Amino acid sequence: MASQSPQYKLPLPARIGLAAEFYRYCKEHELRFQRCTGCGAWRHLPRPMCGECGSFDYQWARSSGRGTVYSWITVVQPLLPAFNDAVPYSVVLVDMEEGVRMVAMLQDTAPEALRIGMPVEVVFEDAAAEIALPRFKKSG
Amino acid sequence: MAHFLKDKACVVGVGETRYTRGTDTTTLQDALQASARALADAGLKPHDIDGIVSNAGLAPAPETLAANLGVRELRFAVGNTVGGGAGACAGLQIAATAIACGLARNVLMPVGWHSYSGLRVRKLGSEVDLATVPGPIGATIADFYMPQGAFVPAHFYGWMATRYVQEYGVRPEAAGAVALAARRHAHLNPLAYMRGRTLTLEDYLNSRIVSYPFRLNDCCLETDGACAIVMTSAQRARDLPKTPVYISGCAEGHPYPDDDFGARTDLLHIGLTDAAPKAFEMAQVRPADLDFAQVYDCFTYVVLIELEALGVCGRGEAGDFVRGGRIELGGDLPILTHGGLLSEAHLAGASHIVEAVRQLRHECGERQVKDAEVGVVTGWGDFGDGSIAILRR
Ligand SMILES: [Zn+2]
Repeated sequence: MASQSPQYKLPLPARIGLAAEFYRYCKEHELRFQRCTGCGAWRHLPRPMCGECGSFDYQWARSSGRGTVYSWITVVQPLLPAFNDAVPYSVVLVDMEEGVRMVAMLQDTAPEALRIGMPVEVVFEDAAAEIALPRFKKSG
Repeated sequence: MAHFLKDKACVVGVGETRYTRGTDTTTLQDALQASARALADAGLKPHDIDGIVSNAGLAPAPETLAANLGVRELRFAVGNTVGGGAGACAGLQIAATAIACGLARNVLMPVGWHSYSGLRVRKLGSEVDLATVPGPIGATIADFYMPQGAFVPAHFYGWMATRYVQEYGVRPEAAGAVALAARRHAHLNPLAYMRGRTLTLEDYLNSRIVSYPFRLNDCCLETDGACAIVMTSAQRARDLPKTPVYISGCAEGHPYPDDDFGARTDLLHIGLTDAAPKAFEMAQVRPADLDFAQVYDCFTYVVLIELEALGVCGRGEAGDFVRGGRIELGGDLPILTHGGLLSEAHLAGASHIVEAVRQLRHECGERQVKDAEVGVVTGWGDFGDGSIAILRR
């Protein structure tokens, strides 16, 4: 359980359209992705329609929260003042066990430890009263 | 049978402003200045123009350009080509199609961009409201990248570059070879912003990491200026003063899905991966036939990935390909003979077209590729959209 951070300064998600549903689960510290009820395909980013079978029907299915690193960056120079205290930070692409891939900031893990295939798991950072953000840290 | 679009349209005029960092002019003034020069170069008057192709955010709207230039019968206006820096090169395809189909006779394509003095790409999310970013990428960034600390091209393309470096063991020296080639060529270009500013491999390797894996010298310039291109049919081109440069092949391509890096099975399958074979097929040209390649160079590593997508070398081989001066003037495949976005100026890909045209007209003086007959231009933008044109004299 991440602690509430009254000093949270980083940009918050706009929560446009279906993104609002994704973040509603994040607030409960649940990572859920859309899963097509037509063909069973998982998807992320949130979309109204399944690109595999064309169905508009889906459920928000619970993710294991586990995955492996596909790629990353490590930002050294902050390009917005909000990130001045955050650098250096890494942003990873994570291959989730469900087959989707997501973008998230790495937490509690040294950038030097990063490598492709490294197991990671989701943690949530409470950013505002209504908003928690999924982050990832090295598993184990 | 030859493709219906092959060699049907030509670039007949090109023009540029000065390229600076800091300016007293507006982007409209610059775009008009470059357009007037391109028209003069083509031997045409504004009333000859009946088509304008421009790219939202990188050029004034066609209606504005027409009103100021005195274009009285605008009948083909495209105000938003695709994919940021892919748009200029994709515009060649749009204009060539319109000309070949008779929808327009003479088409003007300007880019006027103050990426230094105007809104800077690095200000995405602060001064630039993500909701106003054209195309599909604004919402993705606002909801899923920005809150995780990724919000500028250096971040997005960095994911691709890291995967590339890790998968193929590419060393920084390979990206450095791209930066050095661009700089060496800029020294020979009077318009190039970095002309006369030395860059050695040691300088490159010592430049600070801004966002791993990118060093400062992997990143393109931000500058102010404009350039413009005038196109017409192959038939009319014969009556105009300059050597016509033919659009022999063109294509655009889009990675899937185009609005999110994360969901791509293979992050290194870019738009150009799909577009390049189509353009070579249309032009009936092989990569080995190219005399030069003006490859879109927002970042050095992107150039390496594009060289592979072009098929000039196999996947994972660009690091070896660029060694030993092969991509410099005098080498097998000189790239960025004007200096590119890295060392000339950032015209969002339009100056790559201008340079290709000047090379094929043999106007490039000490940076001329000897006996250049055929060359390629690529565009790259947004989340990896690709465009390509194969030009010949
Ligand atoms: Zn489905």
